[in-house]
Amino acid sequence: MSSNFGSMPLRYRVAIDREQCMECGRCIDNCSYGVFRRDGDRILINSRNCTACHRCLTYCPRDAIMLQEHPCDYRNHPVWTREVRESIYNQARTGKIILAGMGSVSKLPIIFDHLMLDACQVTTPPTDPLREPVELRTYLGKKPSKLDFRQRSNGDVELSTELTPNLMLETPIMLGHMSYGALSLNAHVAMARAAKETGTFMGTGEGGLHPGLYPYQDRMIVQVASGRFGVNVDYLERGAAIELKLGQGAKPGIGGHLPGEKVSADVSRTRMIPQGSDAISPAPHHDIYGIEDLPQLVNSVKEATERKKPIFAKIAAVNGNAENVAAVARSGVDAIAIDGFRGGTGAAPRVFRDHVGIPIEVAIATADRELRKQGLRNEVSLIACGSIRESTDVVKAIALGADAVYIATAALAAMGCRVCGNCYQGLCPWGIATQRQDLVDRLNPDVASKQVANLIHAWTLEITELIGAAGINSIESLRGNRDRLRGYMLDEGLLEILDVKSVGA
Amino acid sequence: MCGIFGVMDKRRQLMDGSSIRQALSMMNERGSGEGAGYVAYGIYPDYRDCYALHVLLDNTCESKAVVDATLGQWGAIEHDEAIPTYDQPNLRKTCTPWRYFFKPDATLAPGSASPEKDIITNLVMQINAAPNGAEIISSGKNVGVFKASGWPEDVADYYRIQDYEGYIWLAHNRYATSSPEKWERPDPFNLHDWSVVENGKTTTYGTNRRYVESFGYQCSMSTDSEVIACLIDLLVRRHGLDINLAIRALAPPFWEDIDRMPEAEQKLNRALRFAYGSATMNGPFTVVAANPDMMVGFTDRGKLRPMVVGECGDRLYIASEEAAIRAMEPGVESITRPAAGEPVIGRVAP
Repeated sequence: MSSNFGSMPLRYRVAIDREQCMECGRCIDNCSYGVFRRDGDRILINSRNCTACHRCLTYCPRDAIMLQEHPCDYRNHPVWTREVRESIYNQARTGKIILAGMGSVSKLPIIFDHLMLDACQVTTPPTDPLREPVELRTYLGKKPSKLDFRQRSNGDVELSTELTPNLMLETPIMLGHMSYGALSLNAHVAMARAAKETGTFMGTGEGGLHPGLYPYQDRMIVQVASGRFGVNVDYLERGAAIELKLGQGAKPGIGGHLPGEKVSADVSRTRMIPQGSDAISPAPHHDIYGIEDLPQLVNSVKEATERKKPIFAKIAAVNGNAENVAAVARSGVDAIAIDGFRGGTGAAPRVFRDHVGIPIEVAIATADRELRKQGLRNEVSLIACGSIRESTDVVKAIALGADAVYIATAALAAMGCRVCGNCYQGLCPWGIATQRQDLVDRLNPDVASKQVANLIHAWTLEITELIGAAGINSIESLRGNRDRLRGYMLDEGLLEILDVKSVGA
Repeated sequence: MCGIFGVMDKRRQLMDGSSIRQALSMMNERGSGEGAGYVAYGIYPDYRDCYALHVLLDNTCESKAVVDATLGQWGAIEHDEAIPTYDQPNLRKTCTPWRYFFKPDATLAPGSASPEKDIITNLVMQINAAPNGAEIISSGKNVGVFKASGWPEDVADYYRIQDYEGYIWLAHNRYATSSPEKWERPDPFNLHDWSVVENGKTTTYGTNRRYVESFGYQCSMSTDSEVIACLIDLLVRRHGLDINLAIRALAPPFWEDIDRMPEAEQKLNRALRFAYGSATMNGPFTVVAANPDMMVGFTDRGKLRPMVVGECGDRLYIASEEAAIRAMEPGVESITRPAAGEPVIGRVAP
């Protein structure tokens, strides 16, 4: 059935400077969305297919291609914005839920950008990381809240508290969970190598573990999500830690979604699902219908792996965050990852992505405060995730109470991703969010892993400098140290919730 | 800056305060004349079984009534009086120092391993946090803190510190950075057994404060030493750590040093950092702390502030400067400067 909408205004317009163009056709080869085609000796453009992925610009040897967003104006209206109208036209035509990729595009203020960091001046000296040690080493997992000792027969006192397994990170930055399926194998291999090189860990996402990643399994946190894709005891045993995915910041309250287009033969084998079928995880775990069910799942996973591995749980940040975190902290897990509403996704309903959840800054602050209040802070480590964009976000998240962070979109960008938001199409021209072999082959894991490792290394150096300037030589002394933050142009209510003073105070 | 001084006699032989005054004033260059304080152990033998509460009162009517009423509910006041003082031209008096000799009613803290100290801890926190014009500045048995805003000599003369005799003394010469007018702000800080003087300013006040507050302590002074006194009380009394381990928890070795230790020691140190990561103090500090049985000194693990240790006969000295030790003990036998991360622990003979 047709609609009367006809041609909608273009989202992007691609133009070729014909004076510059030498008709080499690299744009045609590189664009997987079919923007360019050759007609005789001319290259024709179909701007309607463009996603602003920049692949053509990157590979044009003459800088002949130019891209413009929103070349056609709508009548300006503050309520009936372009986005609102286009969603209506789209849904009136299809009658469907609109799917979107990457994180929230809502224009709400970003709290991180309104938090200022502290530095030492005269009453305390800054620490100079070039000349003095500054420790970023981070242990994730359950910590004893007090220690017990016993006296040996010879009078010596020895520790009788047994430490539970912790993950040791050389930097408080981990690579977050993005599944094989959502991402290509080359992207996964690149990140796994980077994790190994920088002394940190990487999440598998809910897509199982491809044999190509076995060499890096001691750097992998294997995820168990509600779909249980790819989960068996072999999978659990390979991981350095196991994460139970209970929620995701981009789509709190609903399960994962991998479009069938991305379920290749290899993905189908790894996930243990039929090729070409949509992989839609249930909203809840079908064995968790109450908090009391979670400890059973935690225990069964622990038992399956002989209690040798830390167990993480990941939840989305929502209103009852502090309560959720305190509940999960009692379930026997060793760490809780909290995913803020700006968290990324390969595919999520637009309305969830842009409207459900709370910011990670608030979620971490309230979680840390509640756990301390209930005497549970040492029971779990806290991992902040959901749009950690730069090293200062890491420092601020830790000062608000996190032990470490997961980065994901930032790691994709380090491999070339331009955040075009079309991951769900499976045509990623950078070879990152696709399973089409010719596209996957474009991503060289050696090059991409170096770029991801460079990013982690650069942030690590910046964090060292930032906390050194604040007179702190150990990352655990930053954790929950909200006195070293000040809020700039944040309202009183929010400052109170963050437990941060205003600038000038 | 700030200058700190501590002296302990291992055989509990008493020293009067005049020499402490002299030692502390040797470090006037490190102070700003806006705060000094002294604490001595062994000064109230006649009331040795009572908790001696030194209180700074805004006034002796309403403020004192609050303290009287609160103490009356939690135990018995054996005796109370104004602390004798002698006006000094350079001191601007803003409060009235008072002392109570108090016996808490242990039955009011059933189930506690140390009920009296639990009651005292709660009383101190409760009275100090409330806007009632009363600040309890010391609360231990046979111990008392004397402090005010001014140079060490004026503060000593105001209290006639030479009239007190103790076997452990700590003293503090303050370089004020905030609230110079408040008499409760200079060190020492005391919480029943433990007294603390600090030269420094930690960068982890927020982390450390939130940590102790999660165990029920309440810090109302916005100053390091108050938190340090709570940390030591928590680790030693409530968690049962040996003082050695408590200090190691507060100023732990670096991970790369831990990695090189023998297996058992590695495990112990890792456990300490795991359990007490939020108690770890960072930034520059030298702390001298005492309880009735010992005096200890430790620095931040980079040793950004000085710590000089002197020994002579039965006496152990810890100070910011050698000059202070020599002012009291011109013939001091040994002077050492411990390396970063090397605590000094002196115990009185049992």
